[in-house]
Amino acid sequence: MAEQAVDRQEQEYPENHRQQQAAQKEKKPKKKISGDQWVALGFLAPSFILVLIFVYGFIGWTGWVSVSNWNTLVPDFSFAGLKNYIYLFNDYRFQADLRNTVFFTILFIGLVIVMGLGLSILIDQKLKGESLFRNIFLFPMALSFVVTGVVWQWLLNPSTGYNQFLALFGIQPKWYTDTNILAGFEWGSIEFGLPVAIIAVVIAAVWQMTGFSLAMYLAGLRGIPDELREAARMDGASEFQIYKKVILPMLMPITVSVIIIMAHISLKIFDLIYAMTGSGANFVTDVPGVYMFETTFRGNYYANGAAIAIIMLLMVAVFIVPYLLANRRSDG
Amino acid sequence: MATFNVWKTIKYFILIVMAVLFLTPVYVILVTSLKPLDEVSLANMWALPSTIDFSSYSHAFSELAPNFMNSVYLVIPATLLSALLGAMNGYVLSKWKFKGSELIFTVILFGMFIPYQSILIPLIQFLRNIEMYNSIAGLVLTHVVYGLPITTLMFRNFYANIPDTMLEAAKIDGANFLGIFRHIIIPLSITGFVVVAIWQFTNIWNEFLFAVTITNSDSQPVMVALQNLSGSQIVQWNVQMAGALLAALPTLLVYILLGKYFVRGLLAGSVKG
Repeated sequence: MAEQAVDRQEQEYPENHRQQQAAQKEKKPKKKISGDQWVALGFLAPSFILVLIFVYGFIGWTGWVSVSNWNTLVPDFSFAGLKNYIYLFNDYRFQADLRNTVFFTILFIGLVIVMGLGLSILIDQKLKGESLFRNIFLFPMALSFVVTGVVWQWLLNPSTGYNQFLALFGIQPKWYTDTNILAGFEWGSIEFGLPVAIIAVVIAAVWQMTGFSLAMYLAGLRGIPDELREAARMDGASEFQIYKKVILPMLMPITVSVIIIMAHISLKIFDLIYAMTGSGANFVTDVPGVYMFETTFRGNYYANGAAIAIIMLLMVAVFIVPYLLANRRSDG
Repeated sequence: MATFNVWKTIKYFILIVMAVLFLTPVYVILVTSLKPLDEVSLANMWALPSTIDFSSYSHAFSELAPNFMNSVYLVIPATLLSALLGAMNGYVLSKWKFKGSELIFTVILFGMFIPYQSILIPLIQFLRNIEMYNSIAGLVLTHVVYGLPITTLMFRNFYANIPDTMLEAAKIDGANFLGIFRHIIIPLSITGFVVVAIWQFTNIWNEFLFAVTITNSDSQPVMVALQNLSGSQIVQWNVQMAGALLAALPTLLVYILLGKYFVRGLLAGSVKG
């Protein structure tokens, strides 16, 4: 009887089948799904179906485009194998993009963590005006990357902005117009090393996102009971040791979250760079997000664009999937 | 005692220097956008204006106003719809768990982290097919769907703090799924709705990739118009600065007035309950 009921449900609502089956299993033996549980599934089903189609279905579709020959305005879904991927990995611009992404991500995450942690520790010292300081460091979070890009484009413009102050010290960095690669060596068709121009973009991104790690660390610090510090002090630990031995280890889970969240922002970044510098001379500030946009929507190389998108997804997945699975396990 | 004060001074010194550095972009936006045109030059970027002149703002406003309204029409329905769906999902996933509901939650949550480039080509084809390409409605649909993971996460974590005993008591009194949602959960969710709505409002207002690929000219949101303004060679940069401030104003105001909830959203979206 129960099996028949499931079959009938499946015909009526095939897309719900998995959820129902899951729900059914839990309520076994004998118990039927109650009316309330049906309504509960009805609440969840529209969103779940939308996500299945718009996230997973569309990713599959993009994957299909990425192995097709659709590199003109007219869709062409004939199978191309890995041709587009091979093209990209031999492409000067894409190799530069991967290099830039590596250095951007490392510098960006490193600085966001150091700045956020440092400032949160200072703000957590019960000084006067702490909420004012917190608000100053946090407000860029409320801005668009486009706004940030437009403003920092002028601040780090080599002929004005901060360079007017730096001129007093005789320093005139070329910022995002610098085409030098630090510690560079030949690798593939590019020079691998730190592109100096990327530092300018990192500064703007750090300005915007430091507030995020600051807020996270501050919440973490507030969650550490004072008794713990007191106990450490009683044991004769110096303030420095308390931070090193007690507080920093307790903030470790927050650091992991910050790294994951900043990594996925950094690997897919597009708007900041598009608004601030574009791809730059010799592609020194180009990233996969910008290349994907330009080659797909300005050049009509849809299959190449799809391949870039899939590579971006895989890079993000390397960080996100283990994180999500670990969270699920700890949720129980 | 003396050393203590030295440390305190150093701490203040670092904080003040950093705060000044963080505020320099604001200073530059303000002084540049308030300068009369003949005082705008690269060499005088840091100089204060001799008189306050709002002509950059009126110029920027005339350029951005239609797109600004597009953003308003986009952000209001998209925020409300995604918050409502998020509340429904969060309610089920926290209070009516069933076998596999954790898996469903993870499956939904993954959508929060994907680079949207990886769904963009099919999305545009799809929107063309249903004739919602290049329309505010198409952008609303897009933001509602891709907002689901974060709003679901936020409400699920929020509802996890409502004690189950409260629901049990209501069930004993004969309340059903919908009754509990309407009479217990929704009234307790006001803060949750404020936090989620502020978060979605900020994200959707500031979003650029969907905006620039799904719409052109007439239906473009304000961030695309700002980017066009700054990319244009003929527009003076005092106008760009004024435009940047105008485009940022709604989210800045929300932050200034409701910053507490903004930070709660930031934390709720990143720390899993």
